[in-house]
Amino acid sequence: MPMESTEIERLIKEAFPSATVEIQDLAGDGDHYAATVVADEFRGMNRVQQQRAVYKALEGRMGGELHALALTTRAPD
Amino acid sequence: MAETQNPAFAAIEADINDNDVVLFMKGTKSMPQCGFSSRVAGVLNYMGVEFKDVNVLADEDLRQGVKDFSDWPTIPQLYVKGEFVGGCDIITEMTLSGELDKLLETNGVSFSKEAAEKIREHNG
Repeated sequence: MPMESTEIERLIKEAFPSATVEIQDLAGDGDHYAATVVADEFRGMNRVQQQRAVYKALEGRMGGELHALALTTRAPD
Repeated sequence: MAETQNPAFAAIEADINDNDVVLFMKGTKSMPQCGFSSRVAGVLNYMGVEFKDVNVLADEDLRQGVKDFSDWPTIPQLYVKGEFVGGCDIITEMTLSGELDKLLETNGVSFSKEAAEKIREHNG
């Protein structure tokens, strides 16, 4: 089941208010996205911890209704 | 790590303790059944890393169990020396940045540096 990119962005921003979120719909099918999330909240977290936190923000949709979300995460420079 | 009562947890623990490098994937390393699993298995194969492939499609308990065990919602999942390293995006990033080389070196896992460089050359 597809998911709107605006909904992905909303959920991420809700969890990380400082985040800059860029989302690309890779296949134009609402099902394969790539997201880059840059957030202050990621400081001191390694990549696994950062991406776990993003998956948590998506409230279980990842691997379910959201089939493919390629993630790039980092703290601001 | 989540609750320990999942019957698949013991098998997962045994796999990651008994093997230096373990890839939980959809399909097998010779016949991957998902593009993301295929990409990570392909990188490891190409770099000549010896690893155990665990096909999560063979067992529904395992498929869900490894997600709970790692607190990670997607497959594939790579473990090196019992430590969760990441999924497809992280492994791809680490391959291109050279971090994967370092991780393998630190853990005494042999691989072809030349092959790793070749991947970076073609994807830089």
